[in-house]
Amino acid sequence: MSAAEELRELYRELILDHARNPRHFGKLADATHVAEGINPLCGDKLKLYLEIDEDARISDAAFEGSGCAISVASASLLTDIVAGIETATVDELVNNVTARLGGMHGDDDVDERLEKLRALEGVSEFPARVKCATLAWHALRSAVHHDKDAATTE
Amino acid sequence: MKQYRADFPALAQEIHGSPLVYLDNAASAQQPQSVIDAIAGYHSRDHANVHRGVHTLSNRATEAYEGARDKVAGFVNAESRNEIVWTSGTTESINLVAQSFLRPRIGAGDRILVTHLEHHSNIVPWQMVCEQTGAELAVAPVNDAGDVDFDQLVALMTNKVRMLAIAHVSNALGTVNPVRRIVEAARQRDIPVLVDGAQGVPHMNIDVQDLGCDFYAFSAHKMFGPTGMGVLYGRESLLDAMPPWKGGGEMILEVSFDGTTYNDLPYKFEAGTPNIGGAVGIGAAIDYLQSIGMERVAAHESELHAYMVKKLSDVDGIRLVGTAENRASVQSFLLGDVHPHDLGTILDHQGIAVRTGHHCAMPLMELYDIPGTARASLALYNNTDDVDRLVAGLEKAREIFG
Repeated sequence: MSAAEELRELYRELILDHARNPRHFGKLADATHVAEGINPLCGDKLKLYLEIDEDARISDAAFEGSGCAISVASASLLTDIVAGIETATVDELVNNVTARLGGMHGDDDVDERLEKLRALEGVSEFPARVKCATLAWHALRSAVHHDKDAATTE
Repeated sequence: MKQYRADFPALAQEIHGSPLVYLDNAASAQQPQSVIDAIAGYHSRDHANVHRGVHTLSNRATEAYEGARDKVAGFVNAESRNEIVWTSGTTESINLVAQSFLRPRIGAGDRILVTHLEHHSNIVPWQMVCEQTGAELAVAPVNDAGDVDFDQLVALMTNKVRMLAIAHVSNALGTVNPVRRIVEAARQRDIPVLVDGAQGVPHMNIDVQDLGCDFYAFSAHKMFGPTGMGVLYGRESLLDAMPPWKGGGEMILEVSFDGTTYNDLPYKFEAGTPNIGGAVGIGAAIDYLQSIGMERVAAHESELHAYMVKKLSDVDGIRLVGTAENRASVQSFLLGDVHPHDLGTILDHQGIAVRTGHHCAMPLMELYDIPGTARASLALYNNTDDVDRLVAGLEKAREIFG
């Protein structure tokens, strides 16, 4: 792949769309779980809000904060993806996400829930940017586990 | 200046299929072949521990090591070679002054004065002294252009101030502070001054006696030398009165279990086996710079900076961050609402290396209410082609982000 093609692969229209118009952006009034994600390398900073119901399912998610196109798009996609997911499966989900975005998945370990995240996989060609893409997901894990401290990519 | 480009082997490579355009010199400059050869030569032939050795290699190593100290003393026009202390870099130099010079002389209610444009390494060591002693940090304001407000800075020089620490050149904005004038004002009030010269030394002729400062700190790797090597210039009378800050070999005259006599300057501050190859490297870097002449380096960079500012200003949606009248070789900018980190990636994929982020100056980014900037910083080997490639790279980013 040429350098120009790799760039187009990273900044696909879907990613740019989510970066420009992030979904579920803002506070969640009935949030039961909250976590911050900080990428000290580039100053990405976001706060993830989850509403987790009595059956331990994520019923709603939202986020606020600022960051590069990759971190904002990833957070936006996350809030789309996690609604309805059981918290017991979040660790596995996050592991699958970080493996995929790091370019370390085979064809046989495709997590159906992550179909929407395919658009972000171009980031695996950009080692310095993988942390931007995984930031929101680390925050998701923290939020579910009630971790009080900010999740960081370091 | 065209001929000098060929002296730097790292520049002759392709990145992502395009010839490298290296515009991250304020973070670390590339090394000329002469510096690489000098360091390799030392490691290939002359390596041994310095001082006290009677054998030939130790003598050669000592000669190279101390010879480099003489070169540094001459380069910044120190009054004596005893005023040149080797450190691992600007950061360590500042920490040395904070702990060894200032900490014993400051107490609760006293103040340390810095400016809003300082690099974290000229903020945090002073904050640590504040935590240790109950002193307070006072911060002189910076205006929208990136100039330190001189009158307010002077107004903050009260009789409670025990130290003024100020950058010669801002790494984030390129602002050249009027250090001579500032030092004069501080000295009239008996306030000792440390100048963070990390971004000053590589770009202009430095004369510490003319500046009149008490301490001047800088790093080798921003002036074509190796990393892990730096210098603290200190006025001899002050260094003399300061206690050592690290204990070990080399910094002693005599050790017994009843007590220890410390070595003379500058060795008192250089505990342990030093970075000998680093000293050889900075010596070779000074030889290289002097063979060209700092006036020529400064003139070239100034001309190219003006060209860069003009070309960048023509890019649609650009916002220059740092527009002080007197600034050197650095230009920070933002492009539309493209995050600097995305900009950095897009430029890198066209072979263009710039720095993106907060540039270790988070208080400054907060002041301007921006997440960071992209920063292009020049060295003597850069040319108008590099600037044109940068501008074309930015047009590409605009295209991608529409």
